[in-house]
Amino acid sequence: MTLSVRDLTVRFGGIAALGGVSFDVRPGSITSLIGPNGAGKTTAFNAITGFLRPTRGLISYGGAVLSGLRPCDIARRGVVRTFQKTSVFPSLTVLENVLTGLHLRGRAAVWSALALRRSVREEEATLRSEAETIVTFVGLAHRRGEVASALPYGEQRLVELAVALAAHPSILLLDEPAAGMTGVEKDVVGRLVRTIRDQGITVLLVEHNMRVVMGLSDTVIVLNHGAVIAEGPPATVQSHPDVIRAYLGTARAES
Amino acid sequence: MRRTAGILLALVALTVPFWIANPYFLHVVIMAGIFGILALSLNLLLGYTGQLSLGHAAFFGIGAYTSALLTLRLEWSFWPALPAAVVAAGIAGWAIGRLALKLRGAYFVLVTISFAGVVALVSINWMELTNGPLGLPGVPAPELGSWSLRTKTAYYYLVLAGAALSYEVCRRLIHSRIGRAFVALRENEPLAESVGVDGTRYLVLAAVVSAGMAGLAGSLYAHYTRFVSPEVFLFTYTVTMVIMVVAGGKGTLAGPLVGAVLFTVLPEALRAATSWQWQMLAYGVILVVLVFFLPRGIVPTLFR
Repeated sequence: MTLSVRDLTVRFGGIAALGGVSFDVRPGSITSLIGPNGAGKTTAFNAITGFLRPTRGLISYGGAVLSGLRPCDIARRGVVRTFQKTSVFPSLTVLENVLTGLHLRGRAAVWSALALRRSVREEEATLRSEAETIVTFVGLAHRRGEVASALPYGEQRLVELAVALAAHPSILLLDEPAAGMTGVEKDVVGRLVRTIRDQGITVLLVEHNMRVVMGLSDTVIVLNHGAVIAEGPPATVQSHPDVIRAYLGTARAES
Repeated sequence: MRRTAGILLALVALTVPFWIANPYFLHVVIMAGIFGILALSLNLLLGYTGQLSLGHAAFFGIGAYTSALLTLRLEWSFWPALPAAVVAAGIAGWAIGRLALKLRGAYFVLVTISFAGVVALVSINWMELTNGPLGLPGVPAPELGSWSLRTKTAYYYLVLAGAALSYEVCRRLIHSRIGRAFVALRENEPLAESVGVDGTRYLVLAAVVSAGMAGLAGSLYAHYTRFVSPEVFLFTYTVTMVIMVVAGGKGTLAGPLVGAVLFTVLPEALRAATSWQWQMLAYGVILVVLVFFLPRGIVPTLFR
């Protein structure tokens, strides 16, 4: 299923954070959205996942229109995101965090939960083992019983990734997953993202670290001042004159 | 270990009337049970979803009035009146939830306070229905066949059953994906939404269950004191519930019950121990000391 963004415009008062952006995210790919600070990357994420109502434009996934839906309905359609600032359920343990992320996987309704039906207990056991699998996948099995807010920064970001994976996305939007991480941690995240893609989950990445972006992406989309200035494979984009200008500035702009 | 403690506690609860012969002490225990249900109910919202209702006495009062009016005016028996009280309070909770939980936080607090104020005014001024400030005397005691539950011992078991039911409802909800959704909304609402938790829906659900439970307590109260007046809507009741939940440990299953027992017994014990001038002062000091030294509440501090 293709995530397609057409003419996406977001205005805050008189300022256009995004001015008519269009791009497609090919299914099964790792696509990166890059650009200098304030280029509109996170705004695009917020608009796609329903946290922000676009001023204009159409966002659709696999043909179904997403614009106008609430975040929880968008998640139900398989579009799941992480946040730029670390975002976990702070006072829950790592395993409970993931278990909470599995919300959509459960079916139990109020009445069956109150009646403590067998189907509910079986479902609970299934969810628990699934949560264990995901915790192990991101490499936090040894931390499963620890409270999320007590973990070091890098591991909290992994918890966040695990929570998002628990929601069973078919496309995962990662907002700077490697920001503030050490070199080793960045490599771990890079490997995880690749494995996630190999399992058939499309990945849309916002990232500042060029090493991560260029090493990982199939397609790179460059945003600047709320508009797409380049799009293509990493090597092509890297040598694109507009991109170089956006990142490094020109001699004239510098002076 | 936990299981043994649970069985022991259940045994104690079941035998209370046998070792508390003094009817006044038994009265205090019954009131503790009714407040226990109220505290469990408030905790569902405050402790798990993180939304503070400062109008919880309204749901308690709606339950009390519904039950009293149905038995007095329509001569219903207690047994259908009790679930009717739960439903009436639950519907009120749904309406308030739909209205206020789109905004949440401080707005929810304000809407619940005003709601309680409005309901109290209605109960005072709608003379034809509620008999106004004079209240409704002569609410019948429940009967089971030819057996009247008007003795304190019998009523104790009725309240105990109500409290056990409320506890079990809370426990099952909290240990399901529904309870996890409640907690997710308390912990981090954007993240909860991003993994598919429908915030408004679950908050309204919590409000309905919580209000219904408060309605149950209201009905039990009405048929115990056999008299309902607008006093059931007093803000003091809500404050007492909040104190019980916070001191006992919000967001825990046992906390509200511990808080309810402590803060029903404490004022009575102080009444016996000191003169009236010192009662409220001592109550206040104990409360401050508790919150200061056990900020997370009694249960989380002792059992973690």
